[in-house]
Amino acid sequence: MASVRFNHVFKKFGDFTALNNLDITVEDKEFLVLVGPSGCGKTTALRCLAGLEDVTEGDIFIGENRVNDTPPKDRDIAMVFQSYALYPHMTVFDNMAFGLKLRGVKKEEINRRVNEAAGILGLEQLLKRRPRELSGGQRQRVAVGRAIVREPKVFLFDEPLSNLDAKLRVQTRAQISKLHQSLQTTFIYVTHDQTEAMTMASRIAVMNKGVLQQLDTPQALYDRPDNLFVAGFIGSPAMNFFDAKIRKADKEAFVEMNGFSMKIPANKAEKYMAYDGKPVIFGIRPEDIHNPEFLPSNINAAEVEAKVDIIELMGNEINLNLVSGTHNYVARVDPRTRFTIGEKVKLVFNMDNMHIFDPSLDSENPVAVR
Amino acid sequence: MAARTASKSGQQRTSNIIVNGVLILICLLWTIPTIGVLVTSFRDSRDIFTTGWWTVLPHRGVVDAGEIKIAPDVDVNGPITIDGVTHTFAEWRQGVTMPDKRIITWYGNKRTRTLHVQESKWIWFGANLTLDNYKNVITGQDISYKDAEGNTIIRKGSNFSAAFLNSIAVTVPSTIIPILIAAFAAYGFAWINFPGRKFFFTLVVALLVVPLQLALVPILQDYTVLGLNGTYMAMWLAHTGFGLPLAIYLLFNYISTIPRDILESAFIDGASNFTIFTQLIFPLSVPALASFAIFQFLWVWNDYLVALVFLGDKNRVVTVALAAMVGEKGADWHLLTSGAFISMVLPLVIFFALQRYFVRGLMAGSVKG
Repeated sequence: MASVRFNHVFKKFGDFTALNNLDITVEDKEFLVLVGPSGCGKTTALRCLAGLEDVTEGDIFIGENRVNDTPPKDRDIAMVFQSYALYPHMTVFDNMAFGLKLRGVKKEEINRRVNEAAGILGLEQLLKRRPRELSGGQRQRVAVGRAIVREPKVFLFDEPLSNLDAKLRVQTRAQISKLHQSLQTTFIYVTHDQTEAMTMASRIAVMNKGVLQQLDTPQALYDRPDNLFVAGFIGSPAMNFFDAKIRKADKEAFVEMNGFSMKIPANKAEKYMAYDGKPVIFGIRPEDIHNPEFLPSNINAAEVEAKVDIIELMGNEINLNLVSGTHNYVARVDPRTRFTIGEKVKLVFNMDNMHIFDPSLDSENPVAVR
Repeated sequence: MAARTASKSGQQRTSNIIVNGVLILICLLWTIPTIGVLVTSFRDSRDIFTTGWWTVLPHRGVVDAGEIKIAPDVDVNGPITIDGVTHTFAEWRQGVTMPDKRIITWYGNKRTRTLHVQESKWIWFGANLTLDNYKNVITGQDISYKDAEGNTIIRKGSNFSAAFLNSIAVTVPSTIIPILIAAFAAYGFAWINFPGRKFFFTLVVALLVVPLQLALVPILQDYTVLGLNGTYMAMWLAHTGFGLPLAIYLLFNYISTIPRDILESAFIDGASNFTIFTQLIFPLSVPALASFAIFQFLWVWNDYLVALVFLGDKNRVVTVALAAMVGEKGADWHLLTSGAFISMVLPLVIFFALQRYFVRGLMAGSVKG
């Protein structure tokens, strides 16, 4: 049981900066997910925490202890690797008991802990087997079991589900969430899959190019992304972005896009007044674009005309690829919608959930205006 | 499509036949001399000098099938008729092939009135095989003979069993020591960061090109100073030194392919470098260790030069003993061949004992897959 703190951590490999001023505090018993595209530094952060890499600058704390110079085995952490990294010549039991034996834990205690972990993970029948006789899912559970028996302060997971098939991944996701609840320990989990991040995390740290983009609860990341990168990364299908301009008219403000224009709700208009005439990026999630026939009540709707380009039936919803003026975008509409390809249709943007990003400070990753 | 696959599988079958045929041919070419040595080693020494070893195999040969006596009343100066065939004496002397394929030859001069009958027929396994040669070689039977003055001289035969034990005493440590050292070194080169790692590894690999013969004399001089000449220790050190570069290189190649994750996982589990080596690297490297063990064992066992130079005549190993045998008993093929075969037995045993470790997929199941 411990908190974890990255205090302005830098990690450089030669000229390449893998971690750029990483500053994260993970509370005790929290399930923190580090998420980002590959090469964003999330795994490096985890390896620095595990002690497999030295940090170039900054401090890492586990609990109250600065662990920069502590070897991995003394950090009281356990790590589950993407490749599982089981010891191929040992049985499942020996794989789990290995770390305990090295620590000089008594034999009865080892037996108790391994059997307990095997019970939690449903591995009782497999204890005598070797890794090569196990399926992918079973190997993954052994890897988790090996971490559990150690009873560490912090669990580290490095993309533990990426080698499982889709169905097994969903199951194991739930298992790991349950494990977190029952163990009441700090979990730090690295993934590139935003679904895993959204479903499991108590908080998510979104990273890109070694820089922490935003650290917040899953819902907050979804509702209030700090910048364009987070807005685009969280959510599937991804948020639609439009190059736009703000236009002020009396007490009202409008978003002007190439070909059409929309009124900003009165309660939001105030903060965008200052951007009058300036280029911004307008963002709206596919699920906030509705078929007017099935419009939810109490929203600030803004109508737009669009041509249907592609229709993807998903069963519970329909994904439409739309063209309005020069803009291509995606909408996720009610499954009762009956549009045909090439049809000119009217759609409604829910302007309550719109996002405006200001590219004037950072043109590559515009910051959200709130 | 069907026709194409059929012709493809037909092509494959043809190429398989060619490949297998070539392999069988090579195997035969390679093993025939060995089989010859093996057979000869079991044959009686007199047989060895009269017929080739292949005569133990079934073959068509000419055998005696009795005699024919000419009755005293037959005039041997005129044509002689035997079984309906008539020839002169001179022709019978030359030997006559009868219509039934028998060969009949007059024996001696006219007065013997005797003809030998020979038949050409299949001879099966009629060879006279014996274990005496091996007994002689292993026990080192004494050889006694009379010299010019009539004194009986007893000379000790070459005791091959002692040479065999000497060879074991040289070979086993000379195989194990370099493997142990090389495994440690290979792990260090592969997985531990230390300054000059690349340089030292390059140096070790560069040593591969140093020929053994180049070092013999300098090492011999050093051994003389150290008083190591003619000791087993000298052999162990020499073979360890000459074997290490290859051993390190081979084991490095294998050990560096062990997935990094496994070692890191062990690190987090609390293993030291030494524990990782003994508990993970060593058991996982068994295939590489076994293959190098076979190489090194065969090389040391078959080595003649190093043994001759550093061990000399005092403690003969099998190769030296065999070579000496050629000098002492150059014509004793029965002893030479059995000696040669004894020297082959242990390498064969080692090879078949270790070859089952050449299994692929020892790493299966450890990482994704």
